[in-house]
Amino acid sequence: MQHSRGIGQTPWVRLTLISVGVVFSVLFLLAPVVFIFQRALESGVGFYVQTLLDPYTRHAIMLTLLVAVVTIPVNLIFGVALAWLVTRFEFTGRKVLMTLIDIPFAVSPVVAGLLYLLLYGNQGWIGSWLDDRDIQLMFAWPGLIMVTIFVTCPFVARELIPLMQQQGTSEEEAGLTLGASGWQVFRHITLPNVRWALLYGVILTNARAMGEFGAVSVISGSIRGQTNTLALHVELLAQDFNIVAAFVSASLLAFLALVTLVAKSLIEWRETRRQQQEEQTA
Amino acid sequence: MAFAIPIRKRVLPGFGLSLGISLFFVSLVLLLPVTGLVMQTADMGWGRFWQVVTDPRVVASYKVTLTAALIASLFNGVFGLLMAWILVRYDFWGKRLLDGLVDLPFALPTAVAGIALSALYAQSGWYGGFFEFFGVQVAYTPVGIMVAMAFTSVPFVVRTVQPVLEDLPLEDEEAASTLGASGSQIFRRIVLPAIWPAWVTGMALAFTRSLGEFGAIIFIAGNMPYVSEVTSLMIFVRLQEYDYAAASAIAAVILLASLTLLLSINIWQARFLRRLHGR
Amino acid sequence: MSIEIRDVNKRFGDFVAVDNMNLSIGEGELTALLGPSGSGKTTLLRIIAGLEQQDSGRIHFYGEDTTDVHVSDRGVGFVFQHYALFRHMTVFENVAFGLTVKPRKERPSKEEIRERVMKVLKLVQLDWTAKRYPSQLSGGQRQRIALARALVIEPKVLLLDEPFGALDTKVRTELRRWLRRLHDEIHVTSVFVTHDQEEALEVSDRVVIMNQGRLEQQGTPEDIYDHPANAFVFDFLGNVNQFRAQVQQGQARVEGHALTQGSWPKDRNGEGLAYVRPYEVDVLKQPEGDDLLPATVELISIIGPTVRLELTAPGSEHLVHAEVPKSRFRPLGIQQGDQVWLRLNNSRVFLAGDVLPPVGS
Repeated sequence: MQHSRGIGQTPWVRLTLISVGVVFSVLFLLAPVVFIFQRALESGVGFYVQTLLDPYTRHAIMLTLLVAVVTIPVNLIFGVALAWLVTRFEFTGRKVLMTLIDIPFAVSPVVAGLLYLLLYGNQGWIGSWLDDRDIQLMFAWPGLIMVTIFVTCPFVARELIPLMQQQGTSEEEAGLTLGASGWQVFRHITLPNVRWALLYGVILTNARAMGEFGAVSVISGSIRGQTNTLALHVELLAQDFNIVAAFVSASLLAFLALVTLVAKSLIEWRETRRQQQEEQTA
Repeated sequence: MAFAIPIRKRVLPGFGLSLGISLFFVSLVLLLPVTGLVMQTADMGWGRFWQVVTDPRVVASYKVTLTAALIASLFNGVFGLLMAWILVRYDFWGKRLLDGLVDLPFALPTAVAGIALSALYAQSGWYGGFFEFFGVQVAYTPVGIMVAMAFTSVPFVVRTVQPVLEDLPLEDEEAASTLGASGSQIFRRIVLPAIWPAWVTGMALAFTRSLGEFGAIIFIAGNMPYVSEVTSLMIFVRLQEYDYAAASAIAAVILLASLTLLLSINIWQARFLRRLHGR
Repeated sequence: MSIEIRDVNKRFGDFVAVDNMNLSIGEGELTALLGPSGSGKTTLLRIIAGLEQQDSGRIHFYGEDTTDVHVSDRGVGFVFQHYALFRHMTVFENVAFGLTVKPRKERPSKEEIRERVMKVLKLVQLDWTAKRYPSQLSGGQRQRIALARALVIEPKVLLLDEPFGALDTKVRTELRRWLRRLHDEIHVTSVFVTHDQEEALEVSDRVVIMNQGRLEQQGTPEDIYDHPANAFVFDFLGNVNQFRAQVQQGQARVEGHALTQGSWPKDRNGEGLAYVRPYEVDVLKQPEGDDLLPATVELISIIGPTVRLELTAPGSEHLVHAEVPKSRFRPLGIQQGDQVWLRLNNSRVFLAGDVLPPVGS
């Protein structure tokens, strides 16, 4: 890429714009994260570890992991199926389907939580039926998982669709002409071609599943040691004015966010390097 | 909705299977839950519905939410454009890090952002004192809501403008300067017309996200009735009063508003793309 | 006949891609499907392969009806325009793919796969690239690997979709000559799609010209070039002058000047167009006979041994092109702007109603 061309290349314009961007990003975006770690560690490492070992915190961590572990495979299967469907076939209703999966991104998570509460809570038409059979989904971990699946379902599909559209179908068609079955084509050609996008989709799903707050707070009831995920735990501790402990829990989630960003950068870096290689030889 | 057989028979396998999984999932996860809301609001009757959604406290929350989201989106319009510009047009040390940093608000759980921002902008925090000096109180006021909304929706404008700016041929700008145009003329007459649809889309996405933001806001807003309550929070308040019907009515308003926004953005984007590709 | 195409039709919405196509392709021949873009040639090729399902009509391979045989069982080798190499596999893995996906019973042993892959890689002269990835190869090399991958399964027919379309001119020319030699070696029935008339005429045993989903003409390259069946073929093969012509009582005229050589319908009267190739246009300084057309020289360009002239002449809406050997042009002493006389040799006249006949010969 050539950067010395086009407008805005006067040294002082350049310097001013870059400085404003960098300073602002650091103060506005980076500082809150640094601040989290600073507050979490202000009472010392001993207190930090002790807070993490608190049974309620441990339970919140386990519940958060459980939610992610169930959510990821479900949304992985859905995301792959949907991406295959809308990029490999033309059919009526295709555009409608693609708009529908954007809904969880557009809708307030609180509304999402409420939708599930109204349906599966004991006043809802499914919820009351389940209630008669002593099955409770709301204010319990199954509800947390259900609403998390809703909130995170677009991520995998959203990563796959543009890539699969751009890659087209000719490699898969080549596989078919060479005698491969449908499953062989999917397994040996499609999946390897999209594996990094798939991984990235999973990372995003995971980050959101572990950090979701609005939707789960509606249906959780925040019962300590039962339905409290890490994000809810942060709020609960803050309400107790146990601020440092709240920041300790928050620091775990902030760390997860940093890992997510690093993973994203690595995948992108790998992708641009591959593209550059291809451009060089082509 | 009419989901029909594919227009042409395709040789690639898996149409039935992927359609089955997708429809099952979409119906069960996305569409079925809406029925609860529809039934709940249908039960309450128009008069009661209107009364709930025009309650002065709720109307105040609309105003607060819309105003804050609008200001936050405009802020991101400026900041996002600047970031997109320097990330595409300049090479400098730490550019990769800066590029990664832009995604931080998406990666950081909203509750975590919320508690960090509220402590940071509180009077005792790093920034609170600074703003206090100028007589501006951020935390526990509508300004705090704007800060939280702006923070959580930073990536939208950057990530929609960035690719368009990358694709913009530098030859266009060079051609304009050989014709005697000045830098600001080129920006206004060549660059801006090319990127403004993406720019508007980015701001619209940021706006949509801000309207629905909850986790980051409730920590910093102070949540004072009539002053710093957002509409998402009103649902919560009604739920805590066990007034499911009222909560549903407010949710229906938010849902309709965000679906309308989503649909408008999609249509707008489709038209813009068609114009770009001449189809 | 190894491939029989019978009454095949294909539409995409309102667009008719293949319009009642009937075609036989001879065993061991290299056939070019030639036509402008949108003529349905690629669709027809994909229908033969089974990658596209025709709306009606049948396809036979060696007498056997393969219409309902799925593409993965049809035994065709297909080479895609943009290679469609599996980017995450090495060259070896790419070529071996067709053998490794066979059901266990039919699958050759590891050693045999290795042997067969290396043999076909040698055939395309790229055995040294076995361990590389497609992204490390040039366009021409990728296309040869794509060909090797299609050949290793010993296909009944080899189908190539614009095989040289994505390459630059020099590589293109080299590769198509190489393909011709390769075909002479292995003699597998092959069909390739192209929009480049030069490529089709140079490489193939037979040329099939398509337009708007229909067959316009088929024959050997020489046949097609020397005896275009209709105005479309003349136009499409290119490099031809057009004159408004009238046929009256068995005599064709351009602007009242009778044509002495050439062919036209002798038994009908009417308006039409006369087609004359540039090297069939004689340029004379003096009017020596009444079959000459007056013209004005607009531009003279000398390209090696040939002199190309652009002229304006009554009866032609476009510039008339003429090609004259330099040795014959020099003595005439013609300058730009001069008034000259043209004799049209070997012209072909098509009457208005015949200009775009529905089906060629």
